Amino acid sequence: MQSLGLDVLFKGSNFLRLLGGLWVAVRISLVSVAISIALGIPAGILMTSNRKVVKGIFRVYLEIVRIMPQMVLLFIVYFGTTRVFGWNLSAEVSAIIVFVFWGCAEMGDLVRGALISIPRIQYESAQALGMDAMTSFRYVILPQTVRRLIPLSINLITRMIKTTSLVMMIGIVEVLKVGQQIIEANRKTSPNAAFGIFAVVLLMYFLICWPVSRLAVYLEKRWA
Amino acid sequence: MENEVLRIEHLHKEFEGNVILKDISLTVHRGEVIVVIGPSGCGKSTLLRCVNALEDIQGGQILLDGVPVDRSSKEISRMRQRIGMVFQSYDLFPHKTILQNVTLAPEKVQKRRKEEVSQEAMELLERVGLADRSGDYPRQLSGGQKQRVAIVRALCMHPDILLLDEITAALDPEMVHEVLEVVVSLARTGSTMLIVTHEMAFARAVADRVLFLDEGGIVEESTNPGAFFTKPQTERAQAFLKTFDYE
Repeated sequence: MQSLGLDVLFKGSNFLRLLGGLWVAVRISLVSVAISIALGIPAGILMTSNRKVVKGIFRVYLEIVRIMPQMVLLFIVYFGTTRVFGWNLSAEVSAIIVFVFWGCAEMGDLVRGALISIPRIQYESAQALGMDAMTSFRYVILPQTVRRLIPLSINLITRMIKTTSLVMMIGIVEVLKVGQQIIEANRKTSPNAAFGIFAVVLLMYFLICWPVSRLAVYLEKRWA
Repeated sequence: MENEVLRIEHLHKEFEGNVILKDISLTVHRGEVIVVIGPSGCGKSTLLRCVNALEDIQGGQILLDGVPVDRSSKEISRMRQRIGMVFQSYDLFPHKTILQNVTLAPEKVQKRRKEEVSQEAMELLERVGLADRSGDYPRQLSGGQKQRVAIVRALCMHPDILLLDEITAALDPEMVHEVLEVVVSLARTGSTMLIVTHEMAFARAVADRVLFLDEGGIVEESTNPGAFFTKPQTERAQAFLKTFDYE
């Protein structure tokens, strides 16, 4: 049997470099998710608005985000803005901007969905107990919304972590790029490393995303 | 009258061009139990919802202790604290325990002390036989138990009047009794109540006054429930009550 090329993994500091790359990926997604949640909640509340204009704007925004490939957005923000506006955005900042643009829309839609899924009787029984709009939102509606939201937004986190594999296209050295560099460097001595290293990268994505997605399942059951 | 709690004057309610309630006038005195009956769609639930300002009205007025219950007023939350309401079902807060369901509004709305409210809530739960379930969540309770909690939750606010909107309509038949028993005991202890129900035997047992509603208007009113249920005066009430007989 041919070697799987795993020996390369333990050469020098290769394994640590991969972990470092993984951290870059996780960092970009965590920062993006945090900002997306912060902006997505007000966006979602606005999406439930009765105003046609507000609704329409968010509708268009959401569709744009869903149709556009993230890679094109990355190129526009990283390369495009430098040329046209003279902005000197770092690759990581560009990546976060694109991910937030995407995450805020998705998060807003999740918040909207969670809000409208709260039955009307919940609003009415809060009202009947003499709660004003703020009190009822804070103690009755919001806690129920958050419970429905957390499992869904955790899924968004795993999707973001996976999508960070695109950011190497704008020069960010994240885990996949590190893997590529290691493979390139050892092309002569261990040609099979392409298999071993990429397999390890895959495993790393799995080890990060799997617990997160289990947590979502657990919370979904617990709060169902 | 001095001990008047609620007065409805010429209430008129429309929805998208349809008249739901027309010229309803009614005075409820302290300690009085009024039962509203009538066929589905006659407007009886809407009447209760109007009293709690959950619906807007197009004419007339509703006065609680002489103060208008006005949906657009800033004082409406304060007014609603004095009007307890229990709905058909599903109105407990699913993310709160039974005890928290009862104490939430007294604590956060009336700003009463936590210990005092908890103690009163436990006493009330004891009264409806649910003190041992105070730490459970609504989903762990049966429909009948949930409705008893909903009644306690309304009572803990010390309302001047309690509105019960078909509170047993969504329950399995074997659970109806345990809920109605609570209402009967409230009636005995002098609670003022406006009740909409389809349970005729219960209506007869608990009512001081019966209102028969049809097509949005009061068709018959009787302060003698025994007489009303045996021999209603109007043809429409006769026809309605007949639908409950199986002969």
